[in-house]
Amino acid sequence: MSSGLLRGRFGHRALPAALAAGDVAVSAEDADVALGGRPILRGMSLRLHAGELLAVVGPNGAGKSTMVGLLGGDLGADAGEVHLHGRPVRHWRTTELAMRRAVLPQHGTVSFPFVVTQVVAMGRAPWAGTPLAVDDGSAVAEAMAATSVTEFADRTVTTLSGGERARVALARVLAQRTGILLLDEPTAALDLHHQDLVLSLATERARAGCAVLVVLHDLNLAGAYADRVAVLSGGRLAACGPPGDVLTADLLGSVYGRPVEILRHPRTGAPLVLPLRD
Amino acid sequence: MRTRSAILLPLLGVGLVAVAVVAAGSGQVGVPPAEVVGAFFRGLGIDLGPMPTHPQGYNALWAVRFPRVALAIVVGACLALAGAMLQGVFGNPLAEPAVVGVSSGAAVGACAVIVAGISVLGSWTVAVAAFVGGLAATAVVYALSRSDGRTEVVTLVLTGIAVNAFSFGCIAFLIFVADPQAREQIVFWQLGSLNGTTWPAVYAVLPLTAAGAFIAVAVARRLDLLALGEGPARHLGVNVERLRLVVVLAVALLVASGVAFTGIVGFVGLVVPHVVRMVAGPAHALLLPASALGGALVLLAADLLARTAVENAELPLGMLTSLVGGPFFFWLLRRTRSRQGGWA
Repeated sequence: MSSGLLRGRFGHRALPAALAAGDVAVSAEDADVALGGRPILRGMSLRLHAGELLAVVGPNGAGKSTMVGLLGGDLGADAGEVHLHGRPVRHWRTTELAMRRAVLPQHGTVSFPFVVTQVVAMGRAPWAGTPLAVDDGSAVAEAMAATSVTEFADRTVTTLSGGERARVALARVLAQRTGILLLDEPTAALDLHHQDLVLSLATERARAGCAVLVVLHDLNLAGAYADRVAVLSGGRLAACGPPGDVLTADLLGSVYGRPVEILRHPRTGAPLVLPLRD
Repeated sequence: MRTRSAILLPLLGVGLVAVAVVAAGSGQVGVPPAEVVGAFFRGLGIDLGPMPTHPQGYNALWAVRFPRVALAIVVGACLALAGAMLQGVFGNPLAEPAVVGVSSGAAVGACAVIVAGISVLGSWTVAVAAFVGGLAATAVVYALSRSDGRTEVVTLVLTGIAVNAFSFGCIAFLIFVADPQAREQIVFWQLGSLNGTTWPAVYAVLPLTAAGAFIAVAVARRLDLLALGEGPARHLGVNVERLRLVVVLAVALLVASGVAFTGIVGFVGLVVPHVVRMVAGPAHALLLPASALGGALVLLAADLLARTAVENAELPLGMLTSLVGGPFFFWLLRRTRSRQGGWA
């Protein structure tokens, strides 16, 4: 596929331009978001770069999912602005956003008994009618193999376990092949093995040049995989930076309201966060 | 699954033609299938097959039976297609056209002109009033359930229930104030019937059906995506609000035009898409056309039964579909529950 064609337009849709590693893919500047009259995010500024894996952590109700909604264009900012590919996110068409960012929601349910392959293939919908539709088959097969859901490709999603469904949802998001991935707690329903599988995949996408944001509860996973960690607290950004700088006992203790201790992994040196117990 | 779905549409098509031929040949003047086919092609100006031997055969077929068969096919397809689309757009297998108020609104329109004795449009007055009433009720449901430019599914369904309740109150009032003759007319309109169908009725309904079918084809893939939920569908490029508006509009057109000439025919819109989904799976590209064919087949068979089951009497069509559809739906529910633990 030539890059000239990639920048072409199809109907009303402009195909996305490729981002170079380090380019700002999505950014929020001083954004406020209120839901139902209650402020959720206040003065939020965050940049997600192409080629990085950014983990968003924080206590329950800190505004992590709202952050995903804000950056993905689902929620409008009451103040401030969100830019995606250098343009205010609200100026993009729904179809154009779908070619640029994929979102894995925290809770995904499928209301009819679709087969796994059909659900993953739904991720290709944004590319229908564009030259990239020729990749549909390979994108679906690749995403299914990467998330190891191929073995139950012909089962209906309604008969799958929670963890299997979560992987199918991730496969759908990967099949969308967007430059920006926003994953809201992709590891919540998964066992040890699959948690690592998912974060390895996220790392792989980031190394391939994607901008990947992952909401995580497990601080140790964040410490082991993320290039940068953003800590949210009460709707504000408490800290953002490399895991070693951000995951400190002082900061986490005050954010989570519980004293913690930080150990260094003896082999990798990654920070290990443990609640301080007697 | 895949082979089953590949032969489903041809199978339904063949079944529909076969039942149509049998239905057209059945009645007081019996005409064998070969002669039905012959008369059909003769009417189109093609010489193919034998002409009816009965002296009144040809006329009975073209003046009475064919329009009735055609309207049964069109209305059945309308109701089932509307049900399938509505279930898709709500992501809920319980949705049926009555949910958005279209059926009860049509009933209010029909009852109102019957009671008021209005007949400015001749024999079409009731049909036009029903059509307008159905569209108006749907518009009210949709307008009341919107806020901040968004419609929430649960609010939409609950608004539908409220508007339905109000409509039934209106119908009760109209029956209360009606004279005995109007009362009887109302009762029979609500029972549904294809009796006395004429070609102009078919011509009036057909373009509306075609418009609804055209919309159905256009939205099929996006309805699939809606099964993932509103958020994920939007993330995949679906303008959810616009899609919902278009589908509700199509459903209102399909059902309002469907019931305008026939009266209330229950359960086809709910049961047919269910059965088709069990056979063909939930993908709308197949579900929608298969439901349309299935609905046509069911209503045609039901109408055949309605006018031939009892000698010299015509059973109400809506009564029949509900009497058979209700227990059948119950059986389906039990079976699905025991097999996969529920609908989801």
